[in-house]
Amino acid sequence: MTKRLPWARTVFWLYVATLMLPLLWMFGMSIRPNEDILGSFSLVPQRVTFANYATFFTDSAWYSSYLNSIIYTSLNAVMSLVVALPAAYAFSRFRFAGDKHLFFWLLTNRMAPPAVFLLPFFQIYQSVGLFDTHLGVAIAHMLFNVPLAVWILEGFMSGIPREIDETAAIDGYSLPRFFVRIFLPMIRSAIGVTLFFCFMFSWVELLIARTITSVDAKPIAATMTRTVSAAGVDWGLLATAGVLTIVPGAIVIWFVRNYIAKGFALGRV
Amino acid sequence: MTVAGSQVGGEVVAAQEPPQAEEEAPRAALKRKDNRAWWLVLPVVVSVAFTAVIPLMTVVNFSVQDVFSPVDRVFVGLEWFRTISRDPEVRAALVRTLLFSLQVLLLEIPLGVALAVVMPRRGVWVSVALVLVALPLLIPWNVVGTIWQIFARGDIGLGGWTVNNVLGINFNYTLDSTDAWITVLVMDVWHWTPLVALLAYAGLRSIPEPYFQAAQIDGASAWATFRHIQLPRLRGVLTIAVLLRFMDSFMIYTEPFVVTGGGPGNATSFLSILLSKIAVGQFDVGPAAAFSLLYFLIVQVFCYVFFTVLTRSGR
Repeated sequence: MTKRLPWARTVFWLYVATLMLPLLWMFGMSIRPNEDILGSFSLVPQRVTFANYATFFTDSAWYSSYLNSIIYTSLNAVMSLVVALPAAYAFSRFRFAGDKHLFFWLLTNRMAPPAVFLLPFFQIYQSVGLFDTHLGVAIAHMLFNVPLAVWILEGFMSGIPREIDETAAIDGYSLPRFFVRIFLPMIRSAIGVTLFFCFMFSWVELLIARTITSVDAKPIAATMTRTVSAAGVDWGLLATAGVLTIVPGAIVIWFVRNYIAKGFALGRV
Repeated sequence: MTVAGSQVGGEVVAAQEPPQAEEEAPRAALKRKDNRAWWLVLPVVVSVAFTAVIPLMTVVNFSVQDVFSPVDRVFVGLEWFRTISRDPEVRAALVRTLLFSLQVLLLEIPLGVALAVVMPRRGVWVSVALVLVALPLLIPWNVVGTIWQIFARGDIGLGGWTVNNVLGINFNYTLDSTDAWITVLVMDVWHWTPLVALLAYAGLRSIPEPYFQAAQIDGASAWATFRHIQLPRLRGVLTIAVLLRFMDSFMIYTEPFVVTGGGPGNATSFLSILLSKIAVGQFDVGPAAAFSLLYFLIVQVFCYVFFTVLTRSGR
């Protein structure tokens, strides 16, 4: 980029500051006692306390639901990737009966309002014994993550020349061996990006996860509704849980930061 | 051929543009025809069948029956579809949701492109900038709601407090319909503009350097460079941005539900909020199922129209 507007840098960091403001405000609330939150308005916390964080990590209802979310999200990312890899390869390398229709049909699942699936999911997952299990939520989230993973991976794979496949075949590689030994290492960044997007969309979803769980696999997001009681809302604890739900995302994104822009483009997402 | 990748420093960097129709033919011809590829897509078909097809069939089944109890149900044909499509509340929610999606697109697309243009492209700050910009996308949707529920409150939130006490405008999103709408809209812009920005950023980065050098030699202004070099190259990624933002804003549920619960009154009661109220709140299974199918259909039709218009324009 040769041409830069002189004030571009200022405008950009101003925007980032605005973006961070609501987040910082929530963080500020998480380290204040509740009396201070409701008592008097102040920009900077008058008294700093980590009592809310202590509550979060000692109350099993809180930290176990936090773990639940991490477990089903990771499970979902891996399962979606494993299922999507061969399919994306097929779409990028072969023509077969109904391929275009199938590809489009997969994408339409990304357009389905989650609210549509609430009732059937509740009934089906209960009848097959997946209700309130990590596996159940992971499978349910494949609804939107599998099409997404196929989409991203197919975009990446189409960028790799087909001659490589042919050369490998001439060298005597079988398809599975070629795929694992040569092809997968070549699309490392695509795999990283796909895992990231699956993790992201599973982590942020609440409606479906809440509907098909009750206790054992309850997501952290659902536990957050607990802070509303007869005594009002426990703002400090709510803010604490909010801050902690941002942490895994921030960690994951740091690892794929160099690929994220490229991932968006190549995956055509 | 736009799809052919070029090897740069070991990384495969593919050209930006989506495959064009006229280039689709030779590209497809290069692909081997092999129906055994179905074995490779089988896992996807099975998993999507379980997560989407079977539930959808259940919904279809519900939509044509009046369910009194699991054993007592009557076939009612298209009755529920008629009821739902004539329901004034549903129609009002449809108009509201469409208006919301329209405003979201009008605000987020230009803002996202502008942000991508001013984003740093080199140096140590690129990583930090990318992570910070992308951060809102990784926050669970109900937490996004919580953040704004707190931030926009007049008594304990910085945003609401500033509007009330510094600007002197009476602002209360729990009582005033307009304030509630503005809160939800600002929240969505805060939440999703980064997606548009990242897409546009990826598009801008793929423009080869010689384009800019040529523009510089010609003495093109910053605006002319943007208008004639950057913007046309962004068509592919912006098509995706428009589609994704339309879909997701049209299906929005969690964020407004946390902040306003659809209120005050029905001011922010979007289609999905109304739907889950009918389905889970009132447990009207039949009408909810018919509503679901119509909803799904509308999303698909709009996406198809958008996609067709966006990929055909500019040819």
